[in-house]
Amino acid sequence: MLHIPTWKRIVIWGLVVLGLVFALPNAFYSRVETHNDAIQTIEMQGSTPELVADRAAWPDWAPATLVNLGLDLRGGAHLLAEVQVSDVYADRMDGMWPDVRDALRGARDRVGTVRRTDAEPGTLSVRISRPEGMEEALRLVRALAVPVATLTGAGASDLVVSGAGDTITVQLSEAEKVATDTRTMRQSVEIIRRRVDEVGTREPTIQRQGTDRILIQVPGIGSAAELKDLIGTTAQLTFNPVVGRTSDANTRPEPRQKVLPSLDEPGQFYIVESTPVVTGEELTDAQPAFDQNGRPAVNFRFNPSGARKFGDYTAENIGSPFAIVLDDEVISAPVIQSHIPGGSGIITGNFNIEESTNLAVLLRAGALPAEMTFLEERTIGPELGQDSIDAGRIACLVAFGAVLVFMGLSYGLFGMFANIALLLNVGLLFGLLSVIGATLTLPGIAGIVLTIGMAVDANVLIFERIREELKTAKGPARAIELGYERALSAIVDANITTFIVATILFTLGSGPVRGFSITLGLGILTSVFTAIFVTRIIIVMWFERRRPKTIEV
Amino acid sequence: MRLRLVPETTNIDFFGRARLTFGASCVAMVLSVVVWAMFGLNFGIDFQGGTTIRTQSVQSVDIGDYRAAIAPLDLGDVSITEVFDPTFGDDQNVAMIRIQAQDDQEAVTAETIAAVEAALQEVDPSITFPSVESVGPKVSGELIQTAFIAVGASLLAILFYIWLRFEWQFSVGAVVALFHDVIVTIGIFSALQIRFDLATIAAILTIIGYSINDTVVIFDRLRENLIKYRKRDLREVMNISVNETLSRTLMTSGTTLIALIALLILGGDVIRGFVFAITWGVVVGTYSSVFVAKNVVLFIGLNREDKPTDKGNQFAGIDA
Repeated sequence: MLHIPTWKRIVIWGLVVLGLVFALPNAFYSRVETHNDAIQTIEMQGSTPELVADRAAWPDWAPATLVNLGLDLRGGAHLLAEVQVSDVYADRMDGMWPDVRDALRGARDRVGTVRRTDAEPGTLSVRISRPEGMEEALRLVRALAVPVATLTGAGASDLVVSGAGDTITVQLSEAEKVATDTRTMRQSVEIIRRRVDEVGTREPTIQRQGTDRILIQVPGIGSAAELKDLIGTTAQLTFNPVVGRTSDANTRPEPRQKVLPSLDEPGQFYIVESTPVVTGEELTDAQPAFDQNGRPAVNFRFNPSGARKFGDYTAENIGSPFAIVLDDEVISAPVIQSHIPGGSGIITGNFNIEESTNLAVLLRAGALPAEMTFLEERTIGPELGQDSIDAGRIACLVAFGAVLVFMGLSYGLFGMFANIALLLNVGLLFGLLSVIGATLTLPGIAGIVLTIGMAVDANVLIFERIREELKTAKGPARAIELGYERALSAIVDANITTFIVATILFTLGSGPVRGFSITLGLGILTSVFTAIFVTRIIIVMWFERRRPKTIEV
Repeated sequence: MRLRLVPETTNIDFFGRARLTFGASCVAMVLSVVVWAMFGLNFGIDFQGGTTIRTQSVQSVDIGDYRAAIAPLDLGDVSITEVFDPTFGDDQNVAMIRIQAQDDQEAVTAETIAAVEAALQEVDPSITFPSVESVGPKVSGELIQTAFIAVGASLLAILFYIWLRFEWQFSVGAVVALFHDVIVTIGIFSALQIRFDLATIAAILTIIGYSINDTVVIFDRLRENLIKYRKRDLREVMNISVNETLSRTLMTSGTTLIALIALLILGGDVIRGFVFAITWGVVVGTYSSVFVAKNVVLFIGLNREDKPTDKGNQFAGIDA
């Protein structure tokens, strides 16, 4: 009656062994971590005897994936940034202006002279002197539009051009805005990743969240402020023609000009043309260096198109100053001494070595396409994380021990079987967490403890049912079989409902809550597996050997 | 000799004092709502925005000194509490400083935090800051919304699943019981002014998961017994079902509580609020599955006519 086919036995024990093998590295956490770090360093920088020794701390053939520790356990910084995606619309419109101007100038006889007028950011507004040529003008500007390059917005044009009176208004179309946002977000994530990687910390998390947010978690960094310095700077580098200097911050600039403060000389302002000659986007490289006076500086090199623009501009404007502008501050405004054809140059300013190195990193990684504001920031010190791990570990052990004793006292030998299953359950849970690369957080530990408490539930249901079936005296084998059979529907329904809750937590929650939902959800899977299959196989194996006439549950 | 939480067979009349038990639940719910309305909840920064700074020092915490040091910075409402925990060593003196969300700022600026830290370091040079967290008002508003959606979605999903697996009356009974658990938990958080944050929401959802687990086990037995004892009164069948599953209900609650109490005492202060909520929920959830869920089913009544006597009879009339 109590028969389990051999293939099933092999599958069940196979899964158990597999789970335990994957869980094993976590029992030797620091050794495996040293081993993994050593492998990575050897790959990147070549091998040294110390690294080889570190690598030998854990055998190469053994699985070496670990459960990631969340920020609350390891310490580090967490930032939630919102990207000002609409910044990019304004940049795009600024970029459109020369094209629009040139297109209309080609038809000057019909539309008259063109002038850009002030408009809100994201809108390009152009006045033509001969309103009767409006239709021709609109046709010319519309010809500049291109189809939106996305699947959803297929066929749509990227510009919305309208005319009223003598004014043409150009804006991005909704479809293009969506496409632009996606691009902006992807670029931002990529650039943040590059910047964080340049500093070289372990396993940073950089994730897009929702439409315009980015979640950044960097373990091991000292504080959120430090992280913000690194990724919060836009690092938008531009080279603008200088119109004049002033010490009055309230100077009203001419249209298409702006007043920017000087970085080194407080109280000094430069009036520059808004449209840059070249931007940092056309840089191919930036390296910290020293100028001829031995002061820290940054060497840069343009790509061919940037080099050409820069070369042409310097050739035409020898003797006049141009401004090197970083995030709306003038780093320096040297006078062009000669034509600079090679496309490389040097930025000097009042830097110390650290600043010049930092600036080179930022320029190399590229500018963020838009500014970011920070909505949430958290710093957790490593000691607090360690305290939490210690407390969690002790609590787990005590909870575990107490449950084991309680089960043993209540169900005797069967309780012991359930206890073995419980031990395997925690092993399997860790194995599963490692395999899927889940992150363990402090609430996640609570989830494990709760799983320990609840994992016995399925077995309690079964054992209580076996007790009941024994009363109707059908013999032990039949009672065991009926016990498993009849308890199944309650076990399944109860666990599915809890699993639904865990899924909802996982979908809606973030950070620590998510960590909890992962251990709770996976804990349900492993506990149902161990309670239904593993205890059953243990009981059947015991029953086959002993053939007891009566059993006591 | 086995440890038994309840005798082998019990025959307790769970409806005998229905007025008392069900009434107590109703009173508890009303009280919770009243307390909630009167005192509100002690929202953490997750839901209200602001900054919390955890300080640790070898010197003992003098809240007055801390307050005096921070006061000149003019940060509005600042609350400082000392944290005690059995897991702390003698040289661990911990305090939590909470600063309200500053006007028109999405997150507290690094300068503000640096200023607070510098001011405290002047009072106590050995002070360290194991954790600093700030949440902007924009995010906190959304977090509240998500939290409500999460609780609501869970209740709906469960309502649907139970309806699918049992009768609709059962799902109403189960959800009323869950609602009871949620309200009473919010009530105790309001009455004791325990910090209510994202983790508390996770705890409430766990309570929902746990309590439904308990309720479903009883309903499952009830479903079985309704077929077994067709002639008996619904109330009687319910009593039989609860009595039969009582041993399991208490065993499971017992083991879960043992694990939770270990965590409550030894798990450290960072997750104490969270663990407290779950512990409380296990007690309330067990109570509600025994005394609330099935009372509601009894109250609505159950149509037992359409139940087949056994599975074979469904098709008995086909050949005739």
